[in-house]
Amino acid sequence: MAQQLTQEIEEKDRLALAEMNQPLILGNPSYHDVTRVVSEIVEVRTPKIWYMALALTGGITAILGSMLAYLVWNGIGVWGNNSPVGWGWDITNFVFWIGIGHAGTLISAILFLFRQKWRTSINRFAEAMTLFAVACAGIYPAFHVGRPWRAYWLFPIPIADHGMWQNFRSPLEWDVFAVSTYATVSLLFWFVGLIPDLAILRDRATTKIRRTIYGVLSLGWRSSSTHWKNYEKAYTILAGISTPLVLSVHTIVSFDFAVAILPGWHTTIFPPYFVAGAIFSGFAMVVTLMVIARWVFKVEHIVTMKHLENMCKVMVATGTIVGYAYATEMFIAWYSGNPYEQFTFINRATGPYYWAYWIMISCNVLSPQLFWFKRMRTSIPVMFVVSIIVNIGMWFERFVIIATSLHRDFLPSSWGYFHPTIVDILTFFGTFGLFLTLFLLFLRFLPMIAVQEVKGTMAAEKH
Amino acid sequence: MIKALIEKLLTPKKGTFGVAASFESVEGILSAVMRARAEGYTKLETYTPFPIHGMDEALGNPPSVLGYIVICIGLCGTATAIALTYWVGAIAYPLVIGGKPLWAIEYTLPIIFELTILFSAFASVLGMLHLNRLPQFYHALFNYSGFSKISDDAFVLVIESQDPKFNAERAKQFLNSIGGHVVEVVEE
Repeated sequence: MAQQLTQEIEEKDRLALAEMNQPLILGNPSYHDVTRVVSEIVEVRTPKIWYMALALTGGITAILGSMLAYLVWNGIGVWGNNSPVGWGWDITNFVFWIGIGHAGTLISAILFLFRQKWRTSINRFAEAMTLFAVACAGIYPAFHVGRPWRAYWLFPIPIADHGMWQNFRSPLEWDVFAVSTYATVSLLFWFVGLIPDLAILRDRATTKIRRTIYGVLSLGWRSSSTHWKNYEKAYTILAGISTPLVLSVHTIVSFDFAVAILPGWHTTIFPPYFVAGAIFSGFAMVVTLMVIARWVFKVEHIVTMKHLENMCKVMVATGTIVGYAYATEMFIAWYSGNPYEQFTFINRATGPYYWAYWIMISCNVLSPQLFWFKRMRTSIPVMFVVSIIVNIGMWFERFVIIATSLHRDFLPSSWGYFHPTIVDILTFFGTFGLFLTLFLLFLRFLPMIAVQEVKGTMAAEKH
Repeated sequence: MIKALIEKLLTPKKGTFGVAASFESVEGILSAVMRARAEGYTKLETYTPFPIHGMDEALGNPPSVLGYIVICIGLCGTATAIALTYWVGAIAYPLVIGGKPLWAIEYTLPIIFELTILFSAFASVLGMLHLNRLPQFYHALFNYSGFSKISDDAFVLVIESQDPKFNAERAKQFLNSIGGHVVEVVEE
């Protein structure tokens, strides 16, 4: 009996081990196959569907452009921001987009430091997503200043024509430094990763114009051992500094709220809670886009089910952390004994915005729990739908934090309700156009998978 | 005498970069490096589609100095941030808000942290490019007919002409003997 049990356990262990060691790249392709599959995506004649998609997303981007032009012409009164909800959709959308970006840096930096080899198939894609999401996020603070042509006043540069200087006590000023550093470092990190792959496109180029463009972009890279030595060092350092950076960015974004003394914002849980939420929403966005891209570009053997499954596991982990944070907030509001804090949280769940609160809970806490089941987290339709639901939920989380904390002030005479205007809605819709347009351009002109890193992983797996 | 003359003729005035040979696998290139070093060659360089672990040890390359560059410039970022926030807050434009000090570590820490990171990131990218002498749009190796395969799947070993033991003919023979393909003398 005991012997049989031991045998059974051994058998289970063996199976678990075999599953853990599942190859990351399927079908045992050669190095050349990987080069070819990834490079051909940008080398074939531009498919008609790409033009159609670009026309669509370009049109949506044009809506964004016209809404912003309308805003500049009329002033930010065209948005729904008003007393008492002075921060409306603009800051909600800013936090939403910046949060999405975090998964890219997590995959490229933190998973690199933890030597998670599965990241190599998806890191380029996720890093691109980071850059484009940060670009969408940056629009909101730049236009919310009201006079965007004076947005440079946010930076401590002596050419400012007002003779004044910034107040570094303000968390909004910290945000300027955090977000602009994040955007710059992400761009550098992405470009460094691209150099060897741009050299691949240069070496495969058949026309002079392609050879010149990719030749200039790859800076004359020639893959020598000296090159790789310094390159790997640079990559490791960038990963090392991006890790605290990405944690700091959403921490500082959360300081915008936590440093204020408003009930519902003034809590110490905000930094870890915001960071977990950011990673959660970012992974959801990677899954949404990756499911489509791997199918359209037929790279299912490089971006395998194992990669998608791992991302689903990250989603259930971070989604549960977020749920735990919601519960902690509620508990601390009660435990603090502060009547204003208690009112804010009861009002959040049962007040005029109860619907937004419960959308947030069901999308963010309940829906990812499906991923406890292997069948769910290995099903493409399920993960696609859940990843979209999660992003809806994460948008509502930011909206709930902002609108419900502001709309019922200390004085009941100044209570109100936030109504977005059509400009708010179309501007937000338009940012998706910008995001997807940048993505389409990326997929068309740059290698969407980090070829040299995948080859390195293949070589390591062979040993 | 005649031998020396032939050798001189074999080495063009313009200069030879070295002799290159392609190999097919990680094991192939590593064992080729070992054998070349055993043969007494010292000026060797490999070109591979991805970084190979153990290659620097095999070639005897010293570790990268990039880390030292980055930490110096990163600390310059720290100093810049402290100087900036102090100058702005306490000298150029002192604002008294809520009786708080004109400069304190608590509220300048985010700025100090971000500028340290920003400077370090630029140092690591520009430092890497500098140590690799990039951008460089012409290099002798571009003349090697197997060059465009390197970024794909070829593992190339070059015995450089700087090597004290360098002799184009003998290097070619040697590389052929250890199983190299596309063995060529690469001109500058």
